[in-house]
Amino acid sequence: MSENIGKIVGVNGNLLKVEFNMPVIQNEVAYACVGDLRLKAEVIRVRGNNAELQVFESTTGVKVGDPVEFTGDLLSVELGPGLLTQVFDGLQNPLPALAEQCGFFLQRGTYLKALPRDVKWAYTPALKVGDVVVAGDTIGTIPEGLFAHRVMVPFKLRGKWTVDKAAPAGDYTVEETVAVLKDEKGNTADAKIMQIWPVKMPIKCYAERLRPTESMATKLRTIDTFFPVAKGGTFCVPGPFGAGKTVLQQIMSRNAEVDVVIIAACGERAGEVVETLREFPELTDPRTGKSLMERTIIICNTSSMPVGARGASVYTGVTLAEYYRQMGLHVLLLADSTSRWAQALREMSGRLEEIPGEEAFPAYLESVIAAFYERGGVVRLNNGTTGSVTIGGTVSPAGGNFEEPVTQATLKVVGAFHGLSRSRSDARRYPAIDPLDSWSKYPSVVDQDNVATARKLLRDGNEVGQMMKVVGEEGTSIDNFVVYLKSEYVDATYLQQNAFDEVDSSNSVERQEYVFGKLLGMLKTKLKFASKDDARSFFHKLTQACRDWNSNAFQSAEFKQTEEQMGKMLAEVSDYAE
Amino acid sequence: MQNKVYHRIEQITGSVIVVKADGVINGELAQVEAAHGMSLAQVIRLENENVYLQVFAGGRGVSTDTKVRFLGRTMQVPFSENLLGRIFTGSGVPRDKGPAITENMIEIGGPSVNPAKRIIPRNMVRTGIPMIDLFNTLVESQKLPIFSVAGEPYNELLAQIALQAEVDVIVLGGMGLKHDDYLFFRDKLDESGALSRSVMFVHTASDPTVECLLVPDIALAVAEKFALQDKRVLVLLTDMTNFADSMKEVAITMEQIPSNRGYPGDLYSQLASRYEKAVDFEGSGSITILAVTTMPGDDVTHPVPDNTGYITEGQFYLKNGRIEPFGSLSRLKQQVNNRTRDDHRAIMDTMIQLYSSFKETLEKQSMGFRMSDWDSKLLKYGERFEAEMMTITVNVPLEKALDNGWRILADCFHPSETGIATKLTDKFWPKG
Repeated sequence: MSENIGKIVGVNGNLLKVEFNMPVIQNEVAYACVGDLRLKAEVIRVRGNNAELQVFESTTGVKVGDPVEFTGDLLSVELGPGLLTQVFDGLQNPLPALAEQCGFFLQRGTYLKALPRDVKWAYTPALKVGDVVVAGDTIGTIPEGLFAHRVMVPFKLRGKWTVDKAAPAGDYTVEETVAVLKDEKGNTADAKIMQIWPVKMPIKCYAERLRPTESMATKLRTIDTFFPVAKGGTFCVPGPFGAGKTVLQQIMSRNAEVDVVIIAACGERAGEVVETLREFPELTDPRTGKSLMERTIIICNTSSMPVGARGASVYTGVTLAEYYRQMGLHVLLLADSTSRWAQALREMSGRLEEIPGEEAFPAYLESVIAAFYERGGVVRLNNGTTGSVTIGGTVSPAGGNFEEPVTQATLKVVGAFHGLSRSRSDARRYPAIDPLDSWSKYPSVVDQDNVATARKLLRDGNEVGQMMKVVGEEGTSIDNFVVYLKSEYVDATYLQQNAFDEVDSSNSVERQEYVFGKLLGMLKTKLKFASKDDARSFFHKLTQACRDWNSNAFQSAEFKQTEEQMGKMLAEVSDYAE
Repeated sequence: MQNKVYHRIEQITGSVIVVKADGVINGELAQVEAAHGMSLAQVIRLENENVYLQVFAGGRGVSTDTKVRFLGRTMQVPFSENLLGRIFTGSGVPRDKGPAITENMIEIGGPSVNPAKRIIPRNMVRTGIPMIDLFNTLVESQKLPIFSVAGEPYNELLAQIALQAEVDVIVLGGMGLKHDDYLFFRDKLDESGALSRSVMFVHTASDPTVECLLVPDIALAVAEKFALQDKRVLVLLTDMTNFADSMKEVAITMEQIPSNRGYPGDLYSQLASRYEKAVDFEGSGSITILAVTTMPGDDVTHPVPDNTGYITEGQFYLKNGRIEPFGSLSRLKQQVNNRTRDDHRAIMDTMIQLYSSFKETLEKQSMGFRMSDWDSKLLKYGERFEAEMMTITVNVPLEKALDNGWRILADCFHPSETGIATKLTDKFWPKG
């Protein structure tokens, strides 16, 4: 129990004003004591001998004069084996365990340990006495589901340390010491299986940061081919409500070719988290043959859960991601939605009566967002292996207007932009990623020049489409009209993907290369039609054939048959004059 | 229990008064004796010995020596079977001629449901309206607003859905309701015999603003208790824009920094904490929420509908007396429409895509362009679709609506023009 006790002098929503006598630390954790309850809070401003605390719970029942315990620790998470497959709230409380203890509702003031203390893990040492190590080096390994979980030299240690004692192989709990380290000055440090790390500080125990160049396949054609994401890259998905942001993230969380997926549901609907929660254990990961849940961690602070913990949830997510990256794994963090986190910042800023910036967001919004996305990246670890954290955040712009502060602040710091458009989702063209506005700075899974050709066609087709709205079909030349039909065809058969079709919902890179090659061949072929109606009816038929093709398993007999049929259709209208 | 009485009011601003008192807890209730009678008030802020109270009946008539008596408890509402068939005001006082109920008081605005205890919604709520059942299926435990503008028959639609839906209990929360509309709901529920399984909490436009703020919390607290008794509960809230406007009024009185068009920065969280009460409890009952959100100036980017859209699981967009296919969405439909009939999804997507093309053709037509064969087909299709599917008075079961869909497609197009997979057209395309 801490000695440092303060006294509440003011309550305004979830902001407490506390009078203190002993030193307090900015961003340290404190507990407000209300009867038997201890409500977790964080110091966010200090003025004179008053500290202002944001409480992560409802403050109903708090009164002036109630004591506050300052802990001296920054807001931290527990890192160790047992994180995978878990479901945590924003403060790393395991929700299923909480449900067992409290029933249907989230009782405030109940905090459980993130990692179970009674589980014994089979530990194998990788070091011997006398070895010289630095922070982040492997001490030993523990099998955790799919991976050999590395127990590492505590990240907080600086400089070189010599192993003084090393525990033999055996079963240990997370709180047990597995190595004792000594530095040149003779200081000793215990290395336990579990580490505690403050969420707002990046873990930096690596040799160097590299440039993200290797593609992270998502099995979505639009993304992999046109707007790819690299391992260690960052991307954002802004879109108005109903455009399919969350569905897109769910698909990525299933298909993405990475080792670990962390889903941070931040201030969004509980129902969506439940879908992931209930479905993932049933789904098989094609890469490993095991359940998808084995590679997943869910952090959820849904919209009705206390606002204060909302911001904490994205930081908790990224800290866990960095931890698994330290093991040489590729991690994907999906944050849905960063706007809710920004709104939580705005609420608190308002209570602190700070001078508001644009749309009342605080002036430090941009730097906070930039610092968050900068925690993504691909790194070369001290042992030569590489690991990465890829961050994808959705943005929910007010009114679907991308000019608002959160979208703009995010666009500046990400490497790929998947803008969702209302007009596409209204026309049920899913995924509703706008092919003209979106961009990516990462390399595509197919040839870059061919992508440029296809994008040019999409732009040209769109221009013809716009023009036709003014001059009508009769005012459009048949050549232009065919360009328009070709671009619609690309949209209907390549950009659009049926998420509910077993085959169509995930396309391997191999298939994308093959199909895109075929598509490009068609685009480059000059086609000849007697009339516009003929052209339209040809493309209707070709589109339908290609949709059938999309739902044929790759290189199956059906697949080849449909391909042949499409080839014949195309041959009939090809113009070989040139 | 401390029941100290305070006489000295330091400040009166709008509905918020400040007294100096100690030992008061955040959220505590107090009785304020004003010139026009007794009113309840709630503590909303503490600052040293200053206690900020929100007076439910408003600040008008409060004098500087008004008596304030703290009750030592937070806002509560009675809960029992006796609530069924009854009508109350926003602060829980009977509005009908029945007796006051004081038994089994429960807290309002309780904690959030643990996501680990929720289950995936799985039951369709049949309404008989094709635009809902076929295109945007309503699902048990869904939270769905009806976006509309003043003058549209949104309350009628709400009542129609409520009466057809198979639920055990209906809880109506009326906010800023016109007195006529309140009577409309009461009579409509009464006529159909549904009043005996309904509870109404009604704040009318002439009642004090603060009571409007309490309506959703009270209605949902009661609904939650029924749901925990294995009941399927349907909560109707109308109109949430009035609720948001009351919040704006109070926030501005409290000198909070407004974020967007005067609304407080926590509008999203406030709305979400209400809507998220919709739930399907593992091993118990459920709460489905249907709420009306009127859009000032038919502007969906207005902060209230905009924030609502991000919270709810879709929306019905009611315009010109029809549920518009564009802008309407049920996010949970995928949970159920794979188990209705094989062709449900294909018909749903195709008919909307074609209707979208029809709208483009209409635009072309209005600009005087020549209509191609394809355009004429679309024009024919669009008219049939609007008449046979979109009209709100069409009342048919889902299966019939699907058959009608195939009939309309067959009358207008060749199977290949619809883009529906061959295996479905082979099976369902009407012969002859």
